[in-house]
Amino acid sequence: MSISTYKIPIGPIHPSLAEPMTFNFEISGEKIQSVDLAPGDNHRGIEFMGRNRNIVQIIYLAERICGICSASHPFAFCRAVENAAGIEVPPRAEYIRVIIAELERIHSHILWAGIAAEELGFNSVLYLSWKVREEVLDLLEILTGNRINYGMYMIGGVRRDISEEHMPRIMKTLQYYKDAYQTLEDVFLKDPSIALRTKNVGIMTYEDALHLTSVGPTARASGVKKDVRQDQPYSAYADMDIKAITPDIYSGEVNGDVYDRIIVRILEVFQSVQIIEYCLDNLPEGEILSEPKIVKLLGTLKKAKGEGVGRHEAPRGEVIHYIKLNESENPEVWKARAPTYNNLMSWLPMLQRQEIADIPIVIASIDPCIGCMDRVTLVDSNTSKKQVLTREELMKLSIAKTRRILK
Amino acid sequence: MSGGSIIIFILNIFGALIIAILGILVGLFYKGIDRKLAAMLQSRVGPPIRQPFLDFFKLMIKENIVPENAIPWVFNGAPVLALVSTVTILFYIPFGPIPALLGDSGDLILIAYLLAIPAIALVAGGFSSGSTYASIGAQREMVLMMSYELPLVTTIIGLGWRLNLAYPGLKVFSLAALSTNPIWGLVGPLGFLGALLLLLTLVIVTPAELSIVPFDIPEAETELAGGVLVEYSGRNLALFELSNAVKMIVMGTLTIALFFPYNIAHLLSITGFFAYIINILFFFFKLFIVIFFEATLIRVALARLKIDQASTAYLIFLSATSLMGLLLIAIDYII
Repeated sequence: MSISTYKIPIGPIHPSLAEPMTFNFEISGEKIQSVDLAPGDNHRGIEFMGRNRNIVQIIYLAERICGICSASHPFAFCRAVENAAGIEVPPRAEYIRVIIAELERIHSHILWAGIAAEELGFNSVLYLSWKVREEVLDLLEILTGNRINYGMYMIGGVRRDISEEHMPRIMKTLQYYKDAYQTLEDVFLKDPSIALRTKNVGIMTYEDALHLTSVGPTARASGVKKDVRQDQPYSAYADMDIKAITPDIYSGEVNGDVYDRIIVRILEVFQSVQIIEYCLDNLPEGEILSEPKIVKLLGTLKKAKGEGVGRHEAPRGEVIHYIKLNESENPEVWKARAPTYNNLMSWLPMLQRQEIADIPIVIASIDPCIGCMDRVTLVDSNTSKKQVLTREELMKLSIAKTRRILK
Repeated sequence: MSGGSIIIFILNIFGALIIAILGILVGLFYKGIDRKLAAMLQSRVGPPIRQPFLDFFKLMIKENIVPENAIPWVFNGAPVLALVSTVTILFYIPFGPIPALLGDSGDLILIAYLLAIPAIALVAGGFSSGSTYASIGAQREMVLMMSYELPLVTTIIGLGWRLNLAYPGLKVFSLAALSTNPIWGLVGPLGFLGALLLLLTLVIVTPAELSIVPFDIPEAETELAGGVLVEYSGRNLALFELSNAVKMIVMGTLTIALFFPYNIAHLLSITGFFAYIINILFFFFKLFIVIFFEATLIRVALARLKIDQASTAYLIFLSATSLMGLLLIAIDYII
């Protein structure tokens, strides 16, 4: 007997999606039979804009790739440029960079937790977790001047120092989050109605996570011990012993479901608190910028030639920036690969055989950031129709582009 | 028709009009309180208490869109049917000291039927709006309705049956009879427990009747973008909102009439007109408490269930609870 199915589109505009992205579902009854992703509604041509600016101006642009990852993108970008131009970063700046990046992880994960609760129709928890998140946003405002888009990262260091008088305020926030752990655990991990909706929902196996090259908490929740901070330590992370967090630390088992992804993110919030504590205790003295004069810095970069890669473990997973400098004011190539791009395909095994009611929470569970991810859209300028490439065509275009870059 | 009955008929029509208008006003007012309380529980400021009135007036001046592939007469008729049937229930329910307008001509069984009509109207409206989201919502509404009817009816039957055992010959399903002889006075300790279970059943059925979290599955904002109501706008949506507000009053009043029909005036040894006023105020206070527990607290404290989970919860667990209540009352009577 054939199963009669019907199609429902989720997106590009839908209450459960914060950003435009289309999912075409084949449903039979309440069960999902198949799903087709159609991204490409949020392409803004950021890389093209970057190629028409000088390096320091691109930092501003990189920060605005995504509002939530507004420390991760400039972090990775600065590391790429430093890598290409051979700029040394003073140790104090490395520590401050890590502190800001970890504060961002705290706010990003708690923001995600609130959104996940809202997708489950649990609005009280949304308000609770966003209230908890306010504390770190206040601290970020005190340290950097902004709640988001911190404007902290600079080629060769950071733009603002963390002074002695900031310390009590930072300590207060860290204590606040240590105390908040109990609340978050009670609300997310011990609540029966959240467990009912998230356990055994949206399962991705260890094999799938490896095969689909998932990154970040999405991969770690499936048991893949993958974390750039652990695997290729960089910046101040190299001084610490960071272990990738997998759900078995808390529950003793790995199921790879949405509940496990909640565990990983909640635990990572407190891992971040520990990292920040370490950084504050061991904050080295010294300069915060290798070259404080921007004009001079731009002069150096103008003469630089070569390519560089910067990686950073963003809250959502590994973010990679690639840059190619060619003795000119503007970079020849700038490529940003956000973690959501890797995690897109994880949706397919997760959504398979789930119910309609699971769609919002499963989609939210990889913490998608469509704005970060949408780098390419093929549009016919005459008919303004979008095109979909086959694997072969894409391979051919990619090889052509790589040749062009390497030339 | 004699002169007397014509006068009664005209009086009834006036009474019905007044009750309908009052019911809608009180319903919207309590909805405002419910929203404010929920906001306070979630540590928000929340909208002003008059917000549901503002929402209603805003919806009334908005464009009323009928989708191209909808069936217009069903689509437009459903909200009217929902509102009319809910308002009709108000005529059969006593409001504290005020007896029901048509108390003699309808009983609890009629109310159980009338309660099902708004849900059926929602289903019809959803299917007729020609949207996939609305169709899924309508299917879910049907499943949910079939699931919660059994425990609801078991509660009603249980109460009527016990009353019949105590006073044979009484019109046992009439709400007047049920509220003058509350269940708590008829039963022993075991039956008391049983009655508590029946009360619990009614409290848990209410969120589904009102389609609020955790049983707002047919509307499921983050999944179905409003589900059955997704295509409704303007006047039609306003009517659905009204019928929902009135339904909140209906469910609250029903709980009070069945389980807490007590008055307070005679305890304070007040008589006459003031006693009436005090009793009415006390009734509104009881309504506030009941709505707080039946609607506000539940929707703040839980996540939305899936349709199969909700259906299992109602068909198996809650039915078992209500049958257990019934059994306890029966055992109590036999002993």
